[in-house]
Amino acid sequence: MSAPILVFLEHVVLEHGGAALRKPALEGLGAARAMASQLGAKVIGVVVGGAAAAAAATAGADEILVASDPGAPGSMGAARAVAAAARECGAAFVIFPATARGRDLLALVAGHLAAGVAADAVKIDVAGGEVRVTRPVYAGKALQVVVARRAPFAIGLRPNAFAPAAPGAAAPVREVATPAASSAEPTLVETRAPEVRRVDLTEAAIVVSGGRGMKGPENFHLVESLAAALGGVVGASRAVVDAGWRPHGEQVGQTGKTVSPKLYVACGISGAIQHLAGMSSSKCIVAINRDREAPIFKVADFGIVGDCLEVLPALTAAVQAAK
Amino acid sequence: MHIVVLIKRVPDTTAKVRASADGRSVDATGAESIISPYDEIALERAIQLRESGAATKLTVLCMGPADATKEVRKALAMGADEGVLLVDAAPFRDSAATAATLAAACRELAPQAVFCGWKAIDDDAGVVGGYLAATLGFSFASYATKIDAADGGLAVHREVEGATEVVRVPLPAVVTVQKGLAEPRFAGLKGIMAAKKKPLAEKPAAAPAAAADLVAYQPPPDRPPGRIVGEGAAAVPELVRILREEVHVL
Ligand SMILES: Cc1cc2nc3c(=O)[nH]c(=O)nc-3n(C[C@H](O)[C@H](O)[C@H](O)COP(=O)(O)OP(=O)(O)OC[C@H]3O[C@@H](n4cnc5c(N)ncnc54)[C@H](O)[C@@H]3O)c2cc1C
Repeated sequence: MSAPILVFLEHVVLEHGGAALRKPALEGLGAARAMASQLGAKVIGVVVGGAAAAAAATAGADEILVASDPGAPGSMGAARAVAAAARECGAAFVIFPATARGRDLLALVAGHLAAGVAADAVKIDVAGGEVRVTRPVYAGKALQVVVARRAPFAIGLRPNAFAPAAPGAAAPVREVATPAASSAEPTLVETRAPEVRRVDLTEAAIVVSGGRGMKGPENFHLVESLAAALGGVVGASRAVVDAGWRPHGEQVGQTGKTVSPKLYVACGISGAIQHLAGMSSSKCIVAINRDREAPIFKVADFGIVGDCLEVLPALTAAVQAAK
Repeated sequence: MHIVVLIKRVPDTTAKVRASADGRSVDATGAESIISPYDEIALERAIQLRESGAATKLTVLCMGPADATKEVRKALAMGADEGVLLVDAAPFRDSAATAATLAAACRELAPQAVFCGWKAIDDDAGVVGGYLAATLGFSFASYATKIDAADGGLAVHREVEGATEVVRVPLPAVVTVQKGLAEPRFAGLKGIMAAKKKPLAEKPAAAPAAAADLVAYQPPPDRPPGRIVGEGAAAVPELVRILREEVHVL
């Protein structure tokens, strides 16, 4: 049996108490299970703090490590916890979903362990005992395949790229101690939460983005309504972010978020190369644009040539009716 | 406070980058090189802190090919005090080796703060900042949209999943930055002239053994040709049928 694969299981605390694993955590377990079956390794999940221990136990791992509360809510504390768990179980691979927290941990834990690292994997292959990671580079203009040459080796997973693990029988749960901080760590002063908590753009299964073709910030309720009807989240082109119509956090593209949802709807977006860089790996792309020659139609699977201000309300109503 | 800003040389965002025929490299022939945009944002904020007196020294550190002196000079022209280029001719360098090499250089420079983009737009890995912090034993904050000097440390706003976190970051620290922090300035003629007299040290990058090797670059999967469903609101029923029956999202 080769050394185990450790998976960081990110959880959310639920409003009515208790905790649930986030979907990217289940994808992490799914990817680890596939690797483990070929490497003959055990899959161990690690949760930070006890809240999600019960939820983690049946998620599909062979064993669960519960790292004791690091005493700080930030990434540095969680990194101490996960690095200690990795050392404790002698992990050969440590897997992190590429959520905001997961990305921090990938880098910090790899640094603590002086590990090898490959971020943003979309595919992991095991052949002849070697582990190869495929990851998009240059905003998806090419794929890079690397082979792990050091143990431990940390791998970050792009959301929506791996099938989630099927739930399993209750796995044994063991506690591991998180060491105290050896140097000063940041302290949280406050969190300014958005009014409505939404799924992060990079993890969303459906994204509806608006561009300059929406004509003004006052028309973005049309994009929001379509996103709501589809159960998706709102994105934007840089042009409308720079114009102050939408917040920076919604920008999709080479200097914004990279998304790979099941469905991406581009409304009034021309399809500049920097925008395509952030969304061209979406599974299905729908474009609505007045200009038949707009470059966005070159990557779109389905397009409507027309005025967004007219098409969006009709589309939203039809989607609502179809549900 | 001595700030080190990490800058990476990358092909321009409009570059037609593609996997080379033999898969050993990427071909960005004819593309202009630039400072990776997020690094440039970090640099701009560091220059502002230098100008306000919150920082007393600003060094840019770059690991890259010998001709990356162009990007280091640009950073000096924008307002950095000194530049260090770790000359690295290797066509592929994994994130762990890169971070370890930069960590060793940072130990020599002994800064109180290191700023860099949350990722570089060529490798898209986003690993170097955190790896460096853990290696150096510095504190760490990512995705900064606001950085100010406060009480002997840094007051940082982080943008995560739609919320803004306000954190107090003790020094020494590594902070990675997100768009929205600052708008990079153009280097004026005066800056360009001044940059010629600023120190720029070039030394070979002392990179450790690779933690990962390149197997190949491949083209991204082809997208099947799309189709125009129709024009105007009249095309909506057919699109909704497709979303339900072919895309299975309804
Ligand atoms: C270094 C750099 C980085 C960049 N990074 C990004 C990035 O991360 N993300 C990004 O998006 N951009 C980025 N850009 C900018 C990019 O080049 C484009 O300028 C931007 O994407 C254009 O946004 P847009 O499509 O909304 O606007 P436009 O290009 O102005 O396109 C508007 C489109 O709307 C259509 N339209 C107009 N009216 C209507 C209507 N009533 N109904 C339907 N369609 C209509 C038009 O036909 C047109 O196709 C970057 C640029 C640079 C130089």
